[in-house]
Amino acid sequence: MNNKAFNDRDVSDSYFLVDIEDYPTEPWDKFKRVVKRTFRGELFVGLWVVMREMIKFDKHTISYPEEKMPIGSRYRAVHEMKRLWESDTERCIGCGLCEKICISNCIKIDTKIDENSRKEVTDYTINLGRCIFCGYCAEVCPELAIVHGGRYESACDQREHYTDLNDMLTPIDVMKAGGQLEFEGFGAITPHEDERVKKTPLAY
Amino acid sequence: MEVAYLIETVIKIVVVLIIFSALAGIGTYFERKVLAFMQRRLGPMNVGPYGMLQFGADAIKLFTKEDIIPTNVVAPIFKIAPVITAATAFIAAAAIPFLPEFTIFGYTVHPIIADINIGILYILGIMGVGLYGPLLGGMASANKFSLLSAARGAAVFISYEVVTGLSILAPVMIVGSLSLIDFNDYQIENGWMIFNMYGVGLVSFILFWIAAFAETGRTPFHLIANDHEIIDGFGTEYSGMRWGLFFIGEYANMFFISFVIPLIFLGGYGDGSFMGAMALLAKVSFFFFFFLWTRAAWPDVRPDQLMWLCWKVLMPIAVVNILIAAIAMM
Repeated sequence: MNNKAFNDRDVSDSYFLVDIEDYPTEPWDKFKRVVKRTFRGELFVGLWVVMREMIKFDKHTISYPEEKMPIGSRYRAVHEMKRLWESDTERCIGCGLCEKICISNCIKIDTKIDENSRKEVTDYTINLGRCIFCGYCAEVCPELAIVHGGRYESACDQREHYTDLNDMLTPIDVMKAGGQLEFEGFGAITPHEDERVKKTPLAY
Repeated sequence: MEVAYLIETVIKIVVVLIIFSALAGIGTYFERKVLAFMQRRLGPMNVGPYGMLQFGADAIKLFTKEDIIPTNVVAPIFKIAPVITAATAFIAAAAIPFLPEFTIFGYTVHPIIADINIGILYILGIMGVGLYGPLLGGMASANKFSLLSAARGAAVFISYEVVTGLSILAPVMIVGSLSLIDFNDYQIENGWMIFNMYGVGLVSFILFWIAAFAETGRTPFHLIANDHEIIDGFGTEYSGMRWGLFFIGEYANMFFISFVIPLIFLGGYGDGSFMGAMALLAKVSFFFFFFLWTRAAWPDVRPDQLMWLCWKVLMPIAVVNILIAAIAMM
């Protein structure tokens, strides 16, 4: 490994050696140091600092169950299943890629061919007791249907802890109100990707 | 001895016991709140409004916990040690005048259980006996951290008993009595003790105050039960109400020493008026608050630094202080 860039970095401005006095060896010097330290009043500086913080009353506590920290949009917590913006129907096409790629084998998907000869998802469960929230399912999904959400509280009294399609699917009333949030993490397309995409030349 | 006097004394004992046991509980609430505010936290918030019933929940927890006597401990000593700490704290309170005397329903009440003529000596002596709580508890616990704590406890107490005794000697010489009521009466005529005798009183006050931190085992000298070095020291093997007794003893000691300091050095309850009584309670509150304040602000010292401070700094100052007082009184 080449450390040249690290070793030759410029430290001239921001780095300096701390000026540490030598330890006194003579009894008289030791005595002088004691007197100096005794009357320097550093103890009172400490007292003042905590008293100032008490008077300012500027708390940084977050009362967790009532208040929560904002969570990053790329955070990989319990999955969500998205709906199509155009028709409000579910995006999942039942391809089964997520089930195939899942490295902890926690996704189970059952499909059937419905009367319109389209594939329909009949059963879709994720065992959250096994899921390691790696994000492969969200990355592999060709339709951006299965994604991760921000709901990280998945404590449970059993090791097997399933979530199914109806739990993950965006509720239809939220969808109608335009409240579906797109996932920005793993596998998601960047914003305004549709403007940059080139049409497939079908002519030849 | 008349029956009325006996009844009055018993009532006073019960009142002091109840009030200061409760204050020990409420004191933990204030300690947690003050420490939290100084560290920009909220402290207990969930039990009752602003967490005010937290000490009730703690009391229920302590009282209902299983009383565990671990294997290999010396059971009789292990059991008696917390009682020594709590009992000596309250026994010492017998000679403390908590308020000036007042009249209620035509009956004059002296809010001191026993105005003995050796008051301050008695208080310091009994508080010194309180050492046996941590010492015996730590030695009987069959735990190396408890044993370390017991050794430290003995060293700290023995050292600081010297400072306490010597620092109090100059005021005792000035007043010429050991009763705290005489101290108070002396300060009515001659002003506060800390302003007396060309600063002798002030030096005694500061020395006694520093020693009080060691006597009660509070933060700059908290090494008897320093969490980050020796777990909980002598309290490591204790649980439930036996640990609670140590706790009550510690907090009761803090309150009583907070009474003793103003009574000796800061004018006590003054002339005995209502304002004087309130002033005494305000002074006590300040000293109790200061115990919490230092805990938030100051680091702990090492045992060797503690010994160094006691034997090489505080004790010589105390001796010189007594000398100056003696020369000035001649």
